[in-house]
Amino acid sequence: MIRNDVAITPQLVKEHGLTPDEYKRFVDLIGRTPTITELGIVSAMWNEHCSYKSSRLHLRGLPTSAPWVIQGPGENAGVIDIGDGLACIFKMESHNHPSFIEPYQGATTGVGGILRDVFTMGARPIAALNFLRFGEPDHPKTGHLVSGVVAGIGGYGNSFGVPTVGGSVGFHPRYNGNILVNAMAVGLARTDEIFYAAATGIGNPIVYLGSKTGRDGIHGATMASAEFDDASDEKRPTVQVGDPFAEKLLLEACLELMKSGAVIAIQDMGAAGLTSSAVEMGAKGNLGIELDLDKVPCREEGMTAYEMMLSESQERMLMVLKPGMEAEAEAIFVKWGLDFAVIGRTTDTLRFVVKHQGALMADLPIKELGDQAPLYDRPHVPTPPRPVIAPDSVVAPISDAEALIRLVGSPDQCSKRWVWEQYDHLILGNTVQMPGGDAAVVRVENGPKGLALTTDVTPRYCEADPVAGGKQAVAEAWRNITAVGGTPLAITDNLNFGSPERPEVMGQFVGCLKGIAEACRALDFPVVSGNVSLYNETNGQGILPTPAIGGVGLLDDVTVHASIAFKREGDAVILIGNTEGWLGQSIYLAEICGREEGAPPPVDLAAERRNGDFVRQLIRSGQVDTVHDCADGGLALTLAEMAMAGGIGASITGEIDGLASHAFLFGEDQARYVLAVSQEAATDLLYEAAAIGVPAALLGVTGGASLILPGEQTISVSALKTAHESWLPDYMAGKA
Amino acid sequence: MKSAVIVFPGSNREGDVLRALSQAGSQVEKVWHAETALPSGTDLVVLPGGFSYGDYLRCGAIAGRASVMDAVREHAARGGLVLGICNGFQILCESGLLPGILMRNANLKFICHRQFLRVERNDTAFTKRYAQGQAIDVCLAHGEGNYTADAETLRRLEGDGRVAFRYCDATGAVTADANRNGSMNAIAGIYSEKLNVLGMMPHPENLIETLVGGTDGRGLFESLVSSVARAA
Repeated sequence: MIRNDVAITPQLVKEHGLTPDEYKRFVDLIGRTPTITELGIVSAMWNEHCSYKSSRLHLRGLPTSAPWVIQGPGENAGVIDIGDGLACIFKMESHNHPSFIEPYQGATTGVGGILRDVFTMGARPIAALNFLRFGEPDHPKTGHLVSGVVAGIGGYGNSFGVPTVGGSVGFHPRYNGNILVNAMAVGLARTDEIFYAAATGIGNPIVYLGSKTGRDGIHGATMASAEFDDASDEKRPTVQVGDPFAEKLLLEACLELMKSGAVIAIQDMGAAGLTSSAVEMGAKGNLGIELDLDKVPCREEGMTAYEMMLSESQERMLMVLKPGMEAEAEAIFVKWGLDFAVIGRTTDTLRFVVKHQGALMADLPIKELGDQAPLYDRPHVPTPPRPVIAPDSVVAPISDAEALIRLVGSPDQCSKRWVWEQYDHLILGNTVQMPGGDAAVVRVENGPKGLALTTDVTPRYCEADPVAGGKQAVAEAWRNITAVGGTPLAITDNLNFGSPERPEVMGQFVGCLKGIAEACRALDFPVVSGNVSLYNETNGQGILPTPAIGGVGLLDDVTVHASIAFKREGDAVILIGNTEGWLGQSIYLAEICGREEGAPPPVDLAAERRNGDFVRQLIRSGQVDTVHDCADGGLALTLAEMAMAGGIGASITGEIDGLASHAFLFGEDQARYVLAVSQEAATDLLYEAAAIGVPAALLGVTGGASLILPGEQTISVSALKTAHESWLPDYMAGKA
Repeated sequence: MKSAVIVFPGSNREGDVLRALSQAGSQVEKVWHAETALPSGTDLVVLPGGFSYGDYLRCGAIAGRASVMDAVREHAARGGLVLGICNGFQILCESGLLPGILMRNANLKFICHRQFLRVERNDTAFTKRYAQGQAIDVCLAHGEGNYTADAETLRRLEGDGRVAFRYCDATGAVTADANRNGSMNAIAGIYSEKLNVLGMMPHPENLIETLVGGTDGRGLFESLVSSVARAA
C-alpha cells in the first residue's frame, strides 16, 4: 500500500524515470513538492513514450496535410477521406519492449492497443497488418520470440475478428536484444460520424467503460522509454495481459453507443492508462477534469490512487457523455457484459483533480502536463556517407542460379506462410489480395472501392544512409500500393530507433525524418498518424534505424487490380525503370558475398512518380494485370516470386551491355516494376512508355516450368518453391 | 426462406454468413443469445464462427448452454434445419446436438488457409447443389478443429452416412497432408441422425465470390434455399 504522503526523494524521482532537471521543472510548474500520486502522473505524462520529448521537434518537419486528409497526427489515429461519405482511419504503433520481455502478451496487447485507437474514433476495424523484426536466427532467443509474437498477434486479431492481411518479417543480429513488433490497424467510418478526444461542456459526466482496473502494466510506458540491460526479464510484471474477447465486446458496445448519439468525446486508455486519457480529453477541450477514484471498477482490492492512475490494464475506455444519457448508455454496456461507471466530470478550472476516499490525491494544471512537457533538441551528428560500390568491383562467388536459389530460401526472403497462416486473413470476406503480394487489397464494404495496404522499410539502407533510407521506405510503400493498382493516399509511420541520447542515433533519426518528409512531399503521400519508439537498445547496442511505413491507397474499382503471379504462358515480361546494377547494401552483397557494405541505392523521387503513375494507369485501364515491384534481391528475386506465385516459368534474355549478369539480376536500383502482358499489348506499351520518357525494356517471355536466366542458367520453379517454402517451417521445427 | 443467425458475445463471422445467405436469396435476421425464442417462421438456424465467450473454457462450452440454445434444440427436434460453422460446430457438439468434440489442431497452432473438402453425399438439404465426391474449395480458420470421437461414435457416423465433408486434395483424394488439423477419419463436418443438423469446421461463407477467391461455398447456401422452397 502506497500512502500519498511518502517523502519524494531523489531516488524516487529517478525510479520514475525523471531527470533532476525534469523534476525541478515540474516542481517549478506546480510551485510545491508533488505527492507520490502526482509524481506518478507526471512520470507517465513526461516519459519519452507519451511526451515525444526527444522527437517532437523533428516530427514538425513532416508533411501532414492534403485535400483528402480529415485528421492528421495528434488524435488516436489518422483519418482520410476515401469518397462516398466514407473515411479510412488508421495507425501503426510499436509494442517492442513488452514483446521482448513476454512475446505472446506483448504482441497481443500491441494489436489490442492499435485496434482500440481505431475504433475509439468510431471506425470498425477492417484490416490489420504488422511489421516484425527479430534477431539473427542462430540467437538462442529468436525462435522463442518468433513463436510467441506470431501466436500473440494471431491470438488477438483472430478472436477479435479482424483479418490480418499483410506485414513484414525480417531478421538481423542488431535486433538480438530488441525485437520490433509494430502493429497497424485500418478501419472504416462515415465521415460525419468520427469521434474525437476533446471534451466539451462543463459538468458533463466522465464515464469509465470496459474491463476492470488491475495492477498490471504499472509503469509500462516508463519501461518502454528505457534501454534494456541483462536484468530486463525482471520487468515482466510491467507487461499487460490482453483479452481479445473483452475488446470485441468493447468494440460492439462503443459502436452501438456512438450510434445512440450519447458520446461527446472518447479516448482509449492505452499507455499511461487513466492518467493520459483523462488529461488528453481535458487538455484538448480546454477543460478541467475531476475524477473520483472510489467509482473506478477495480479487479483487485485495496488499490491506491497511485496504482489506479498508472495501471495499464487493457480494454478500457474513457468517454464524456451527453448529460442525461447515462441510463441509455449504461444499458448498452450492461447488455455487452461490460463495466460502466461515472467516475468524474468536466470542470472549468483547467485543473486535473483526483480524489480517493475523500482525500485529494492530485491537483495539477491540466494543459501544462502536456504542453509543458520537456522538449529536447538533442545533439545529433549526421551518419558519415559510405562509399559507392561499383558493380564491376563485386565478383560473383557462385553462379546466378545458385545465388537465386540461396536467396529465395534465406531467412529474410523466404516465404512467410508459416507466419501468416496463423493469422485469420480471410474473415469478413473482403480480402482480395492475401499475404504474399506487394500490397494487401481489401474491398470496402460491398465495393466497388478497395484499399491497398502495406508496411515497408529497408533498415540496412537507413543504417548506411538515413536520408536515402527514409526516402526509400516511403517510396517502397508508394510503389507497393501502385503495383496493385492503388492510388497512394497517406501513411502512418512507426519510428523505431536506439537511444536518442547518443548523437549518432539522433543523427539517424533526424536523417530518416528528412528523407521521409522529402519523399512524402514529392509523392503527395502525407503522414497522418504515427508512433515513435526510442531506446531500442541493449547494453549500449542499438537496433538498425527502422522507420516502418504503413501505407494506405485507394482503388476506385477493386475488381480492376494487379497481382504478382504470372498468369499466362507466352506473355511478354517487361521491366519498367532504369537498371544500373546497384549492389551496395544489396541482399546479394550481404547474403552471397557476406558484406553489408556501401551506399544504398539512390532514390530519384521524380522517376518514382513518373514510373509509378505509368504503371498504375496501365493497371487501371485494364491493360496490365501482372505487376511486381522490384525491391530486395533485385530483378532475379522479383521474377522468381512472380514465377512461384503463378506456377509458370519465364525465359529471360534481356541484358544490359557491359553490366555483369549478377549486377543486372541482383542490383537493387529503385523505381522499378516488372510487368507481364500479352505480346500484342507489349508493343503498344513499349511505344507508350517511350513517348513519355518512362524507361521500359523487354526482358523475355513467360512459359514452361523453369526460370531461365541469361546465359541459359535454368532453375525449375518447383526447386525455387521448395527452397522458398521450407526455410521458416524447418527453422521453427528446429531443423534449419 | 427465413434464416436466424445467432449472435453470442464473441461471435465474429455472423456478417460473413449473413452475406452468403442473403446472396443465396434467404431473409436473414440476427438473434441475440439471450433470447428465449426464435423468430416465428424460422426455417434455418445458423450458429456462426467466432470465439464465443472468448473460448476461455472449452470452445463452445458456454454458448452451448445459452438460453437461446433451448429454442435451437426444439427447432432441431422438430426437424428444423441447423447449420453450425467453426465455433458453431463446436457449440453444436457442446450442446448435445452433435456427437464428438473438436480438439486443438495437431500442430497446436491456429491455421488459416484454403482447403478442399470432399462432399460425401449430395442428397441432404445442405449439399443438393454439389455432386457426390466433388472436391469443393473453401477456407479454414481455427485453432481447435481436430474432430475427435470414440470408436463407437465414429463407427455409427460412418455406418449411417453422417459424415458430411472430409478434408481432401484438389482431386478429391483424402490424404494425410490434406488433413492438417488431424481430425479422425479426416472429418470436416457431420450430420445429426435425421440429417437436419450440420456442423462443419471450414467456412463456405468466405468463398462465395470470384473476387475474393472463388464461389465453391455458394452451393451450400443455395442448396438450403432450394430445399426450403421445395418443402414449402
